Amino acid sequence: MKVHIDEHRCVAGGQCVLVAPDVFDQREEDGIVVLLDDSPASDKAGELQEAVVVCPAAAIRLDQA
Amino acid sequence: MRRVVVVGASAAGLTTAEALRRQGFDGLLTMIGDERHPPYDRAPLSKQILTGQWGPEHLRLRPESDIEALDLDLRLGVAAAGVDRARRTVAPADGSTVPYDTLIIATGVRPRPFPGGRGIAGVHVLRTQEDAVALRDRLGSGRRLVIIGAGFVGTEVAAVARRRDVDVTLVESAAQPLARIIGRDAGRFLTGIHRERGVRILTGVRVAALDTAGDAVSGVRPEDGRLLPADDVLVAIGSLPNTDWLRGSGLDMGDGLVCDVFSRCAPGVYAVGDVAHNLLNPADAQPFAPVPYFWTDQCEVRVQAHGYLPGHAESAVLDGDLAQGRALIGYSRGRHLTGVLAIGMPFGAVRAWRTAVARRTEWAAAASLPAPA
Ligand SMILES: Cc1cc2nc3c(=O)[nH]c(=O)nc-3n(C[C@H](O)[C@H](O)[C@H](O)COP(=O)(O)OP(=O)(O)OC[C@H]3O[C@@H](n4cnc5c(N)ncnc54)[C@H](O)[C@@H]3O)c2cc1C
Ligand code: SF4
Repeated sequence: MKVHIDEHRCVAGGQCVLVAPDVFDQREEDGIVVLLDDSPASDKAGELQEAVVVCPAAAIRLDQA
Repeated sequence: MRRVVVVGASAAGLTTAEALRRQGFDGLLTMIGDERHPPYDRAPLSKQILTGQWGPEHLRLRPESDIEALDLDLRLGVAAAGVDRARRTVAPADGSTVPYDTLIIATGVRPRPFPGGRGIAGVHVLRTQEDAVALRDRLGSGRRLVIIGAGFVGTEVAAVARRRDVDVTLVESAAQPLARIIGRDAGRFLTGIHRERGVRILTGVRVAALDTAGDAVSGVRPEDGRLLPADDVLVAIGSLPNTDWLRGSGLDMGDGLVCDVFSRCAPGVYAVGDVAHNLLNPADAQPFAPVPYFWTDQCEVRVQAHGYLPGHAESAVLDGDLAQGRALIGYSRGRHLTGVLAIGMPFGAVRAWRTAVARRTEWAAAASLPAPA
């Protein structure tokens, strides 16, 4: 599974970090999302789908492959 | 449960449909939305769309393929006109009848209209992408825009319009913009940055009427009798829940659809998103429950709220200093820290406070600490 983020859409609220702390983090200065792991193991699928849903800016995309 | 109908094809309807599929629901999932567009993001309407940075094609909440993967019976451009709860059917305005086992109401809110304003050229509201494009095309150097209502939408538009050299007047009936939600100090600070950028802000002023010349607006008349000339007027005086189509359904509609903490408003009927009025008391929210989040761009200053702010008992600056243009303000209810507002703060300073809100830290402890460890 591949995770894509769009920094330009991100509004830095960190909802993704709260649901998937192993995959997402935020930059110290402005809170913009940082991808810690762009191809997480499949047991993370649930968390990642949750992150897509809670992201208020549609900044996270998943490629199931 | 074989048949779910979602009414409203926007953020809340979409995420509910996604959650259902994710949890393994493989029955028929119908989504009815009165707008022609697939679900789109409204927050950029008063930001990137008005500045011209983004075209409307940037607004889509999901790529086409993700929507297709949900395998929806998607009916766009048609409103739901009624519901028959005894028969468990929804009636779209095209005359069809759609049965449901579970009904999910996600019809959101619409702008509260200004009496007599409808149909006058140059009088705008901001809710849809069409609204935003129409307003964007009217913002130009030297044009006069009067904004009625200095809430988050009114103030965001004021800032963008000033950047495009529009002559902007913001008229607010309360004594201070935004104060009801974020408190007096933060409200005063944000008002100050708008004034510095040349927004004329009139507070404690109620608008009585709109002046017209031919079929177009020419000005705004406050109750005190003066005239504020305008080429365009934006009405941003709050919103009303889209529940008219549910009239006669017997559902409890106060300030939105009344539902419990599980979003349920009647057997088999749920309300989600802005249309829902959850009977949720933040004072007894569960520890580690998700913390609600809201943001707004006020001029170049990013303002972020974590937790619950409106209706707070106390507020206090917990970090930074408003005089320096950066501050973190805490809000209490009962004995707990229930929300924080970060104005221009680096994220590193916000992170720990967000956790403190999630943990429902005691207010007395939060207010006396310099910053959480
Ligand atoms: C200009 C603007 C700026 C914003 N900025 C921010 C921001 O910076 N930060 C933030 O956190 N939030 C912001 N918001 C709020 C955010 O956009 C809303 O909270 C969000 O759109 C709510 O989603 P929803 O799905 O509940 O409702 P909505 O997005 O309102 O969607 C409801 C949908 O249902 C449709 N509908 C209504 N009645 C019917 C019917 N009878 N039949 C079929 N369909 C129907 C509506 O047309 C609409 O498409 C902003 C909103 C606006 C308008
Ligand atoms: S949830 Fe979305 S908008 Fe928020 S920080 Fe994560 S990617 Fe950015």
